[in-house]
Amino acid sequence: MFELIGIPPQALFGQLLLGLINGAFYAVLSLGLALIFGLLNIINFTHGAQYMMGAFAAWLLLNLAGLGYWPALLLAPVIVGVTGVLIERFLLKRLRGLDPLYGLLLTFGLALIVEGAFRQVYGVSGLAYPVPPSLAGGVNLGFMFLPLYRGWVVLASIVACLVTWAVIERTRLGATLRAATENPALVQAFGVNVPRLVTLTYGFGVALAAFAGVLAAPIYSVHPLMGANLIIVVFAVVVIGGMGSILGSVLTGFGLGVVEGLTKVFWPEASNTVIFVIMAIVLLIKPAGLFGRAT
Amino acid sequence: MWRTSLAVAAILLAGAAQAQQQPAKITDEVVKLGILNDQSGTYADLAGPGSVAAARMAVEDFGGTVLGKPIQVVFADHQNKPDVGSSIVNRWIDVDQVDAVVDVPTSSVALAVQEITRNKNRVHLNSTGGTSDLTGKACSPTAVHWTYDTYALANGTGTAVVKAGGDSWFFLTADYAFGHALEQDTANAVKKAGGTVVGAVRHPFPNNDFSSFLLQAQASGAKVIGLANAGADTINAIKQAREFGIVQAGQRMAGLLVFLSDVHALGLDTTQGLTLTTGWYWDRDEQSRQWAKRFAERMNGRMPTMVQAGVYSAITHYLNAIKAAGTDEAKAVVAQMKKMPVNDFFAKNGKVREDGRMVHDMFLVQVKKPEESKGPWDYYNIVRTIPGDEAFRPMNQGNCPLVQQAEAQPAGR
Repeated sequence: MFELIGIPPQALFGQLLLGLINGAFYAVLSLGLALIFGLLNIINFTHGAQYMMGAFAAWLLLNLAGLGYWPALLLAPVIVGVTGVLIERFLLKRLRGLDPLYGLLLTFGLALIVEGAFRQVYGVSGLAYPVPPSLAGGVNLGFMFLPLYRGWVVLASIVACLVTWAVIERTRLGATLRAATENPALVQAFGVNVPRLVTLTYGFGVALAAFAGVLAAPIYSVHPLMGANLIIVVFAVVVIGGMGSILGSVLTGFGLGVVEGLTKVFWPEASNTVIFVIMAIVLLIKPAGLFGRAT
Repeated sequence: MWRTSLAVAAILLAGAAQAQQQPAKITDEVVKLGILNDQSGTYADLAGPGSVAAARMAVEDFGGTVLGKPIQVVFADHQNKPDVGSSIVNRWIDVDQVDAVVDVPTSSVALAVQEITRNKNRVHLNSTGGTSDLTGKACSPTAVHWTYDTYALANGTGTAVVKAGGDSWFFLTADYAFGHALEQDTANAVKKAGGTVVGAVRHPFPNNDFSSFLLQAQASGAKVIGLANAGADTINAIKQAREFGIVQAGQRMAGLLVFLSDVHALGLDTTQGLTLTTGWYWDRDEQSRQWAKRFAERMNGRMPTMVQAGVYSAITHYLNAIKAAGTDEAKAVVAQMKKMPVNDFFAKNGKVREDGRMVHDMFLVQVKKPEESKGPWDYYNIVRTIPGDEAFRPMNQGNCPLVQQAEAQPAGR
């Protein structure tokens, strides 16, 4: 059998596919971050905690209310999104017009509080969340065994990303949102309730994080710190894609997932650093990010 | 003003002189135990608050006093950081008059505490720390390593799995000192038992997604995948191995450091069939069941892990040694601990060796199938009792300066 760079092609295809799956999480999370940054100019450090809350919401819905995976996939983002709306209404709103650093500090502190609280109540060993029965098992693709659930994760993420992109770039609502970012005073003068738009945007970004959390629950252990581990990588993804660029963060998310997956084959020890090396290179060559607008 | 200062100085000096004159019996009128562990991080569920509860139980069961002096328990969170742990222990010894530091998970912190307690002549009763260096090149005349060590786990699981037919191994190894040591100890045991190691992959620590590494392990064709990692890494690896059908396709998973609390978190559906070595299991006999039941009543129904049980057993033995020796001076007490056999719900005929290793039987267990389990926390089938002398590293191979060495030791770990 022929080999590519010392690796049998089956293994290579397998790793590419796995990279794509991880990239799906990066894409959905960085999409939410980019959305919030692009429209609110807030660097949302609570994003990782909100991803974790999504997973926990799914777990709680299952164990307290007996609601399975599919209802949770809809309900958990709504519930966590509402907490996001409250955070925007009562806290973030007061920071409008200040240096983005204040928002960063506030959301970072919130993340620590939320993660600490979950740690206090649920411990640190993590909780088990079963794969929904309809997606249990897997298919043999010839070059690898693909668990059906992982396939579903990629599909669901792509759909979520496309819908979000279409709403922002192709609908009237999206156009109003973008206008409100450019010139809030003028848009308000046209009779649009800009503060409410901003609140809802934040809530939607948070809901996206929770959506990713529900997707992750059956794969990773549901764990108070599951988001803290991921969020740093996701920030790197957003920086590489260009702060605030929606399409950029989605494409970079998938792309970097694949790069990371390949690193895991060729040089496993470096797999958690490779994204930051890429980030450093991109910042040197294109400081605004791959898809960012130079300002 | 100078008069008061002088008076205070005089009193202090007098006190110091008196302390020196008196042959140490119970210094400062109290025996204080400091439980140092991870109270809220990765190792909080397997030791953490449960270890503190076990320590309190030990003191209450002992009657609350020894040689007529009260016994106190204090605890602190070392956050798995050697610098944090060191400064707590220094304060405990210098200011708070702590006589024994107990538990201490996380090998790096345990080694730091070992040095401080050696230099300041206090007792170190280690239950949760893993590294076998504690009774090897870092051994101390004031320290005892109670429950398990990486050598015993690697040796027990490695040897037993090879004997059961799992003679080719692939390792998933956490890329730091602990993981490397665990991999090497296990690989040695595997080779000694006649098996082969076909490969290993070093994964970042901590790591979320193991699918890529698991596929590499699958492609290697090894019969056994050894998990040379711990905590959340082990949990994620086992969970994802199940997802990718690794076990169903015929490969076996061997956990090299898995605690009862990990199995509880993962559920039997995911962990069934997993082979591992443990120093103690609550459902072994009537005595251990009774103790575990009392522990669970205090801990919201959580059954004790081996290291929490080890904390109770070690403290009880320590207090008995103080009683027998008539002093709480560290070297004298530990020497006394080495003279007395350990017989309780934790160990039968255990003995503390010259290098500080408490040698007792270990157990090779297999995780039950969901239908075999009678209820929550009923998780293990004991497959084999590994006699203590077989389980732990022979004393002359550890490079412990306290004991005579076998000749021409190959320079190893």
